[in-house]
Amino acid sequence: MSDLLRSYLTIAIFSGAAIFMAGMMLGIARVLRPRHPNREKLIAYESGVDPVGGEWVQSQVRYYIFAVLFVLFDVEAVFLFPWAVRLETYGGFGLVEMIVFIGILALGLAYAWRKGVLRWS
Amino acid sequence: MLGLVYWQETAIKLGVIMGVVPVTSLIFVYVFLFKMMSYMQSRLGPMETGPHGTLQIIAEAIKFLQKEDISPDNADKHVFVMAPVVVLMSTFLLYVVIPAGPDLVVQSLDTGIFYALAVSSLSALGVLMAGWASANKYALMGGLRAAGQLIAYELPLVLAVVGVVIQAGTMNLQGIVVAQAEGSIFGIDWIGNPYILTQFIGFAIFMTAAQAELTQTPFDMPVAESELVGGFQVEYTGFRYLLFFMAEFGTAFAFSAMASVMFLGGWGLPFIDSTDNILNVVGPVLMLAKVMLVAFVIFWVRFSFPRLREDQLQKFAWKFLIPVSLVNIVATGILKVAF
Repeated sequence: MSDLLRSYLTIAIFSGAAIFMAGMMLGIARVLRPRHPNREKLIAYESGVDPVGGEWVQSQVRYYIFAVLFVLFDVEAVFLFPWAVRLETYGGFGLVEMIVFIGILALGLAYAWRKGVLRWS
Repeated sequence: MLGLVYWQETAIKLGVIMGVVPVTSLIFVYVFLFKMMSYMQSRLGPMETGPHGTLQIIAEAIKFLQKEDISPDNADKHVFVMAPVVVLMSTFLLYVVIPAGPDLVVQSLDTGIFYALAVSSLSALGVLMAGWASANKYALMGGLRAAGQLIAYELPLVLAVVGVVIQAGTMNLQGIVVAQAEGSIFGIDWIGNPYILTQFIGFAIFMTAAQAELTQTPFDMPVAESELVGGFQVEYTGFRYLLFFMAEFGTAFAFSAMASVMFLGGWGLPFIDSTDNILNVVGPVLMLAKVMLVAFVIFWVRFSFPRLREDQLQKFAWKFLIPVSLVNIVATGILKVAF
């Protein structure tokens, strides 16, 4: 197995270990804890009074537009990192290229800002 | 190292990390949440269990172990059960790349810091799962707020790191430590170049964003205890709740460690060759000292500031931190090419 694949195998083993550890702790707790469920205990908690309306409520998601913007900028970050590593070899040309790229994105942010997307309404 | 084969080495590292994650969160809860917070509020904190209350946290864990496990009737059971595990997994995976010495690292990935940022955002998924699956109004609102906040502050966090990557010319955390130990500021090299000096803006942005990613106080809208009574954690009891708690403080440790590696020089010492074996002994101590220093700042802010409102919080990220971090990247790039 190549070193690259092997290093990611380690990550896979560690994610398995995280699940194992959580399972182990919950398992120990399962042996020790009491279990006396009743109806009152299992209704949704709303500061002690009976829940009003159904438990599955709809809520206005004000920041879905932020989420769209986030995807744009996150993709930008994917391009930024390899560039940042190799900047020394790219020199001035690479720098100007990336300033143009960041400039276009900044312009996008400025447009969203101007359009009032970033306002809480 | 010692000529161990892959699986032996991995087993040892696995054992160490499985010890380290709970222990770091125990240390953080005791030192900061119990003692530092108490002293800042002119009280002593727990004093009865063990010397200076050191065993209090063990007693708390045992108490949580005996609590009944309640999952609400209407909850989406599978998602409800998985959520804390996903959050803990994100914490666990962060520790894979954090170095404590030239050889003391689980896996020195070339994508180091990029990988760390990627797995840290996994916790947003866990939080959203918890908020949605609880079938509770508080939890849903907390979960949505948390998701909105975590993605807003993910960007400054990522963009602040780009400055460090430009200066170091690598994403590997070991490489970043070596680059700082061997670096120089305008020809002066006797302290190396801890990037907090040349990347101070990056450091400030990183710490602010980390504060928000950890949902510590000025940015704790998602768990606001006085209005959302814990937000996405509201329906969790006993050990499942403790898993969230452990993940929160474990992640606080991991973020402090990332900040110390990237900005404070990590385990490196400028006057000792960075492959010297002595650093495997001194390194962990140095790292722990720096982590505690960074974490002190995080919790100092947490105990001092009032909570930001949700719209102020979003505005601060989008209209201030992100533009500033973009300018920081361009400025760092120009300086790197010019000198």
